Amino acid sequence: MAERTVATGIATTGPDRRAPEGPGPRPGWRLGPSPGPSRLGRTRLGQAVRRNLTAYGFMCGALFCFTLFAWYPMVREFILAFQRTNLIDPPEWVGLENFRTVIRDPAFGQAWWNTIAFTLLALLCGYAVPFAVALLLNELRHARAYLRFVVYLPVMLPPIVSVLLFRWLLDPGPGLFNQILDFLRLPPLAWLDSADTALISLVLVSTWMNMGTATLIYLAALQNIPPELYEAAELDGAGVFAKIRHVTIPQTRLILLLMLMLQIVATMQVFIEPYMLTGGGPENATVTVAYLMYQYAFVYGGNYGAGGALGMMLMIVLLVFAAVQLRLTRDNTR
Amino acid sequence: MPNLTLDRPAAPARGDGPARGRRRPRRVEPRTRAIISPLALSTPWGRFVYWTVLVAVVVVFTLVFVFPLYWMATGAMKTGEEIARMPPTLFPAEPSLDAFLEAWELFDIGLLLWNTSFYAVGGWLFVMAVDVSAAYALSRLRPIFGNVILGGMLATLMIPPMVVLIPLYLTIVDVPILGWHLLNTPWALWFPAAANGFNILLLKRFFDSIPRELLEAASLDGAGPVRILWSVVIPVSRPILGVVSIFTIVNVYRDFVLPLLVLPDSEKMTISVGLSQTAGAVGQNAILAGLTIASIPSIIVFFLFQRHIMAGLTAGGLKG
Repeated sequence: MAERTVATGIATTGPDRRAPEGPGPRPGWRLGPSPGPSRLGRTRLGQAVRRNLTAYGFMCGALFCFTLFAWYPMVREFILAFQRTNLIDPPEWVGLENFRTVIRDPAFGQAWWNTIAFTLLALLCGYAVPFAVALLLNELRHARAYLRFVVYLPVMLPPIVSVLLFRWLLDPGPGLFNQILDFLRLPPLAWLDSADTALISLVLVSTWMNMGTATLIYLAALQNIPPELYEAAELDGAGVFAKIRHVTIPQTRLILLLMLMLQIVATMQVFIEPYMLTGGGPENATVTVAYLMYQYAFVYGGNYGAGGALGMMLMIVLLVFAAVQLRLTRDNTR
Repeated sequence: MPNLTLDRPAAPARGDGPARGRRRPRRVEPRTRAIISPLALSTPWGRFVYWTVLVAVVVVFTLVFVFPLYWMATGAMKTGEEIARMPPTLFPAEPSLDAFLEAWELFDIGLLLWNTSFYAVGGWLFVMAVDVSAAYALSRLRPIFGNVILGGMLATLMIPPMVVLIPLYLTIVDVPILGWHLLNTPWALWFPAAANGFNILLLKRFFDSIPRELLEAASLDGAGPVRILWSVVIPVSRPILGVVSIFTIVNVYRDFVLPLLVLPDSEKMTISVGLSQTAGAVGQNAILAGLTIASIPSIIVFFLFQRHIMAGLTAGGLKG
């Protein structure tokens, strides 16, 4: 998903405006009689009408898909949040009742707390580690293709493979992780089975699965820093850390900020890890907002309204981050 | 100042790969340095540190990212008894492919793989047809409200997919006005896949950068919009079409939550969902065999199309 969302970093304004105005193809009649243009095409207005008809003809598929499967669900989300639904009766307007229901749910506070804790922990690992790794990889002159391949490999695997693989590796019995701890003469951990370590285990899996994207994006950014800047810093007597602080970080500041926002948005939606690894347990220690939403809608007998209310809360929080991100992009492209 | 605009969409293979496509000459010059100065690296001490770090990095990366996959593949070749043995064996004592055969039968992997490839390839064809023509219309025909429509399409990128999951599911179950029930049909994946703002954005950007003269020449030769799209625009846009194709296929293959909800019938499941549903009921080595089989297509695709995939990652023009 992350590779898709990276696009939000692109300016949505700018080059489009400078792009060629009017239709690409020019009317043929200016250069003398040509067999092409119909009667309609001879006048300016007729030509515009024809161009628009053609354009909307080309776009009808996309308009259909976007209208029904992107725009309408967005609107429906808001409608759902204020309706009571179950699998039998027709939906009924209930005002804020859904919000009241989910807020009263004892798992509600826990889910938000877990989501925030997960996001912060995931940022600690998933944000700092890829940058450090990218810095390191950028220094190396050998084995670069291999290292890039390897770090991105988990991103290519279906998430279910990574998750089920880690379920086995984290098994408190014969799992690889405890075997390693045993080998190092450390006490074994319960990993996913204990409320203390379950969340951090999820962070571990999530970081392993996803860090490739961020690493490669940072690496691309680092490669575009002009070498002269480092040379200039050296002339001023800067050491390695001074160079990182005064050249590398300022030069990649925007990407660092953008990726921060993207990762917050991506990690706050965490679902598959708790769904497959812990089922929200033990003792609700890994219930996240997205997971609770799923539970309401698809496990507790079609309470789409409560799920919708939760989704709306999550959306508002995430939209704040998305807006910050958009703002950063705008500032940058100006 | 970092520049985030995409002035030349998806220049293939940024970085240190061999130069491909049209590149400006100054890009080709090899980068000679990063933070550590070449001078420091050329001293004996510098060289020693460099090689030590290099070896350490290669070893650690291999252990962290490759070893779990090795462990998975070899775990699948062990017997159930050997998998549970403590301490574990690094190599299977008697490697056997029985677990793969067992997994193939228990999970019905043949069917799952067939389903998934059908969804991926069909989805790819549908998405390309829909998104390429829409991006072409937005870029070249510039209809009225074109910018509004483009803005609306890009706005969907801001909406986190999990948040609209429930309404999307309800829409698929009962498409408004048309009254279609798309549950357990491939369209349940294909329609939402085509509603992808990122594809539209990448394609439109690239089409914007096609020289106008090229299209005008075609137009003077009497080609209509369809002919221009098919014979001029598509051939010159191969790099970006490659990127969009691979991401579409890979996304369909990797997707989990949506197919979990909209393709619940065991005859129609994707491989991800199929594995997740059956995993509780079979032995550990059979699960691992199933996972290994499921990851092989991903690894092959990545191996073959690395350059496109990595170019696509930075196609957002994220160059610092």
